[in-house]
This record gives sequence, C-alpha cells and structure tokens, in this order.
Amino acid sequence: MVKSRFTPDERGYYGEFGGAFIPEMLMGNIQELQERYLEIVESEMFKSEFHSLLRDYSGRPTPLYPAMRLSEKYKTHVFLKREDLNHTGAHKINNCVGQVLLAEKLGKKRIIAETGAGQHGVATATVCALKGLECVVYMGALDVERQAPNVTKMKMLGATVVPVHSGNKTLKDATNEAMRDWISHPSDTHYIIGSVVGPHPYPDLVARLQSVISYEVAFQLDEKTGKPDPDVVIACVGGGSNAAGGFYAFLDNPDVKLIGAEAAGLGNETGESAATLALGRTGILHGSKSYLIQDIYGQVTEPYSISAGLDYPGIGPLHSHLYTTGRCRYLSITDQEALEAAMELTRMEGIIPALESAHAMAVLRKESFRPDENVVIILSGRGDKDMSTYSNYFKNEPDR
Amino acid sequence: MNRIDKLFQQKDHNILSVYFTAGYPELNDTNLIIKGLEEAGADLIEIGFPFSDPVADGPVIQASSHKALENGMNLDILFGQLSEILETSRIPKVMMGYFNTVYQFGVIKFIKACSRCGISGVIIPDLPPEVYLDEYHTLFEENGIHFICLVSPQTPPERVEYLTSISKGFLYILSMSGTTGARVGMGRDALLCVSTGERVTPGGKRAHAVRPYNGTPRTIPTLIGFGIHNHQSFARACQQANGAIIGSEFIRRLTDDRRLMTDGRLMTEDGRGVTEDGRRRTEDGRRVSLGEVCEEFVNEIRRGK
Repeated sequence: MVKSRFTPDERGYYGEFGGAFIPEMLMGNIQELQERYLEIVESEMFKSEFHSLLRDYSGRPTPLYPAMRLSEKYKTHVFLKREDLNHTGAHKINNCVGQVLLAEKLGKKRIIAETGAGQHGVATATVCALKGLECVVYMGALDVERQAPNVTKMKMLGATVVPVHSGNKTLKDATNEAMRDWISHPSDTHYIIGSVVGPHPYPDLVARLQSVISYEVAFQLDEKTGKPDPDVVIACVGGGSNAAGGFYAFLDNPDVKLIGAEAAGLGNETGESAATLALGRTGILHGSKSYLIQDIYGQVTEPYSISAGLDYPGIGPLHSHLYTTGRCRYLSITDQEALEAAMELTRMEGIIPALESAHAMAVLRKESFRPDENVVIILSGRGDKDMSTYSNYFKNEPDR
Repeated sequence: MNRIDKLFQQKDHNILSVYFTAGYPELNDTNLIIKGLEEAGADLIEIGFPFSDPVADGPVIQASSHKALENGMNLDILFGQLSEILETSRIPKVMMGYFNTVYQFGVIKFIKACSRCGISGVIIPDLPPEVYLDEYHTLFEENGIHFICLVSPQTPPERVEYLTSISKGFLYILSMSGTTGARVGMGRDALLCVSTGERVTPGGKRAHAVRPYNGTPRTIPTLIGFGIHNHQSFARACQQANGAIIGSEFIRRLTDDRRLMTDGRLMTEDGRGVTEDGRRRTEDGRRVSLGEVCEEFVNEIRRGK
C-alpha cells in the first residue's frame, strides 16, 4: 500500500493529531488491535469476505446518481453517492461488516457499540444478528427518545439497548459508557466504534473500511464521465466516517477539492452548535488528540445539532489534520440550512435524506461551482429515522 | 526527599490512601477534607480534579465530578486552595485526573503548580506511560513530581516490568477490570497481576521485586485500588500489598451522610444555628464537621465498625 501523508504513523498520529490516550485497563485490547488490524484487513481472505458481504448482503456498489434537476439549478454536474440505499439505510453498515469480521478473527464473542442517531447501533445490531453474536448498544437517553424507530429496530434485531443518562444524554455520553463497558469486559468484548474517532487504530481502521465509498465513486465516475477523479467531494462531518470514506481515494490528489459540512445547530455565534473545527481547539477525548469543543479548563462543552448523528463535540483526528493542513475545507451548516436543503432534495429529486446528509446537500447553496465540474455529494443516509423531526418542521409548509 | 518515598521508608504495611473529588460536596471543602483525613490518620491523599467525561470512573465518582464542576471547581481554584495549607499539611498528596484538563491548563504550568503546592505525585489514567516518557518525563523529574502508573489484571508480565520501571513512588494495582466503585470483591489474588511468574512469593507483600526492563533491578511499593470498600477488603488488600486505596466508598459516605447536608433553612441569625439535639452547627451549616466524618471513616476502615 502506498504511504500517504494522510495515513497515520505507527503511533497513530496524523500530523499532531491522533494517538492512543487510553487507561491501562484498555492497553491490552488496543495493542492487540494495533498489532493485528493491518495484517487482518489487508489480507486477501478478509477482503474477499468483506466485499462479498457488502455486495450480497448490503447491496453494494451503491449507485452514483447524476442529479439532473439539481445540476440544472446549480449549473454544474451534481452526482449523489447513494449510501442511503445501503442495507440499514446508511454508510454505517460498511464499517460494521468489516469490524464484525475483525472481531471474529480476534475471537471476540460479545460486541458493544455507541450510537447517536441510531444508524450505527442498527448496523451493529444487524451484523451481530447475522453472525449470532451478543450485542449491547449504548445510546444517550435523549437520542433514545428522538430516534425511537431505530431503538425498536435494534431490539427486534436482538440487541440490548442501554439508555445513558449522564451528561447531555447524547452521543458523547453514549461513547463514555461504551468505553466503561469495554474497560469492564476487556477479554471477551470487541468495541465497534462507529466513526473515525477513538484511540489508534480506530480512526485508520474505520477510514479504511469506509474507503469503499470513494473507490466506488472513482470507478463509477470514470464509467460515466471518463474521469475517475471528481473536481469536488462534499460530505457531512460529525465524527467524520462518511467523509473519511468519501475523501479517502482522493486525498493524495490535490486537484480534488474536499469540503466537509459541520453541524452548526442554531448558529456558531449562539453556542448551540456542534461545529467542532469552527469552535474547538486541540484536546483529548475518547482516546485521541483532536479538535474538541471545550471551555478554557478543558471541560467538554455540550454540543447541539438537530441531527443526532452530528451532535458530537469532537471529530476524527484525520479531519483535524486535513483542516490544519488546508487539504480540506469545512463549512458550518445550521439546522435551518440543512432542513431547507433536505426539502429541496426531496422535492427536486424525490430523495428524502437523513438530517446528517442534508448538511452536505446544503453546501450546494453556499459554494459556487463551474459548469464543467463534477461535484460528488456523499448522501450518507436516508431520512426514514427523521420523519418526526421533518413533520414537526414542515407542518406549516403549504401543500404543493 | 519526596513525601511518598519517605512514607514508604517509614511504613511498609497497612498504608491507607483515600481519594476524594475536589469541589465535592461543596466548592470549599477541599482543605477541610484534607485536614480531616490527615488528622484521622490516613497515610496518603489522592485529590481528584474533576473532568466532564471521566471514562475510567463509575457512577459515584462521575456524580461527584459533575457536582464539583457545577460548584465551579477548576484547577486555578484548586491550586489556590492547596497553597493555603502548604505550611500546615504534611501528608503526601497525589493529584488524580484526566489528561485533557492538564493539557488545557498547560502541562508545564500544572507540574510547576503541583510542585509549589506540596503535591508529591500525579496519576493521569489516560496518559499512557509511553507518551509520558516521550514528552514529560524530564519535566516531572525536574520538579520532583512522581508519575504513578496503573497495572490491571490484564497487564502481561513484561508490561508490568515496564510499568514498574517507569512508575515512581508506588504502583497502583487495580484489583479487577472495571471502572472505579464497582462493588465486587477481589475475585482473584490481586497480586497475581504484578507477578512476573518467577518471583512472586505466595502471600508475599512489601516492596515487590520484578525483573527490570532497563537492566537495573528495582522494587516498588504497591497499593491496591478498586473495589476496596470496608475493613475486610482493606485488610485483605493489605495482606497482598503495602496498602490500599479507597475512593468511591469515601465519596459515597460524603454523599449519604445526611448530617453533612448544608441546610440553610435551619440556620439562625448568627449564621450557624443548632441541630435537633442542641449541638451547634458548623460554620457551613452542617450538623457534623467534615473532620468528624473523616475520622469515623478512617477508623472504620482501619479497625472495622
């Protein structure tokens, strides 16, 4: 594999970000993963099992859809990478399929996960059902309420869903509790982290498993346009896994513009935001050094976003590195902008996006593109889980 | 000489170390608790500085950290409090907390403040020894602050040797895999996890010899923590190591002892008031002083109820 300046060094650092800041209780698990993950995920046997499952079970490759009406409106070539058409409704399944295979190779019998919107929880519960493994999902109590359909799905799939009542009762707190579970069950349990966060090797492991998104984009775009590399790739960023996967194949080509969409909630100036790169500074949370929204004493500030999947005060170390090196630009998208973009996509292309993905769609209005550019937007998930939020928001919208 | 080293020179058994969260139950209780524990005969005090996301801690210490932050505790205030007892407090004190808090305060500024405020050692569970050695070892050494490592039941023998070679003052032995405060007994001989296989002596205690990773033989005192919650578990830990650490159980006592509630409604004009049985309340409106609670607690742990 070619060494990129965007893959971590052996200690798990992307530039100054990353590393493994974990208590001694997890050192054995983390060292085992560090020593074995590359050998396992880069093996031919693993790749073959992984890609077979993605194809036969999850429905990959997902389409790269040329969005005609949006292209016309924004006077450029818009392509949507349809991760929303994956089994379970989002890109999260890519990572879970890979990690459950990894867990099997490591001989782990019990799987734990954290979840925000519930997409990662559902994907984890799904692969555990597929493999007959015990599954425990930690979910903030507030998210349990606002993402009820996903809770039902996880339970139906046989997972135990543990509501977490500490802190803001959202994704950060669910992650704390999952780490505590892992500390208490180090030998039999594998922790499937849902994003490119956490101690080394998770950021790199998850990015590699999600990189299937961008490798497919390159292949499909080549088929459609004769050019594998897009001019622009846009993705939403909470922890940053769909963005990492969507950017991965293009990181070393500086001609490909990369844009991340962070969730700015009610606006960065209001303090009710989850835009980590806009509002944070370097800190250490959940095992890695990265940008973090925090007060002057290093206490983590509770984030806010209408989208449960982006409601996280940290971000993967890869993104902090892409941000500080200028390789990628990150825009702040408010709740309002995301909702309007969701409506536009729904009415113009007949696709109801997840609230998370709607943040990426909103970038179309904020940026200008040349008519000859190929702009790929990663549509990370579908909107089924967000229908109650949408119906509350659009109840005053006139029928058309 | 570092006060921790001096302690273990003078006494090698039944060492009692008590943890509390600074800023809990009330912001200004820090020095009352330190004085109370010191006078009650604790050997060592671990002062927890609170963090919003304490992943290695169970519910009891999580809740105390949360309340301490609500009370307004931060490192500036804590070091301010500690500087007030510099002349009066002689007990070895260790600071314990998470790395982000230290990192934002400034690691250099933090270590210098520890040194200035009579702190002898630091425990940062999420700062791995590898990173400490690479980046902060010299800083700690120059300021006379001990970096104390944790060892868990999962730690393999080679790594125990490695940690023994790095840790200064003592080695913090976790009796089990888990977060703080879990109420399970020591299911296995806690000392097994520090054995190198060839050198452990059954029932042996005192400074524990391990084969050094850097070539120089050394021994280091051991304290057992996690799950120690009464006289029996303390005594059992003391048979296996030089002593034990109690945290959650002490916090639980501070939380559950209703006499410690500062109830403003019962105050009279002189600001103190009396309790139901006619005793005068303490200056902060409590029916009993923190000092008395510390004394009861330490006596219970040392001698049983």
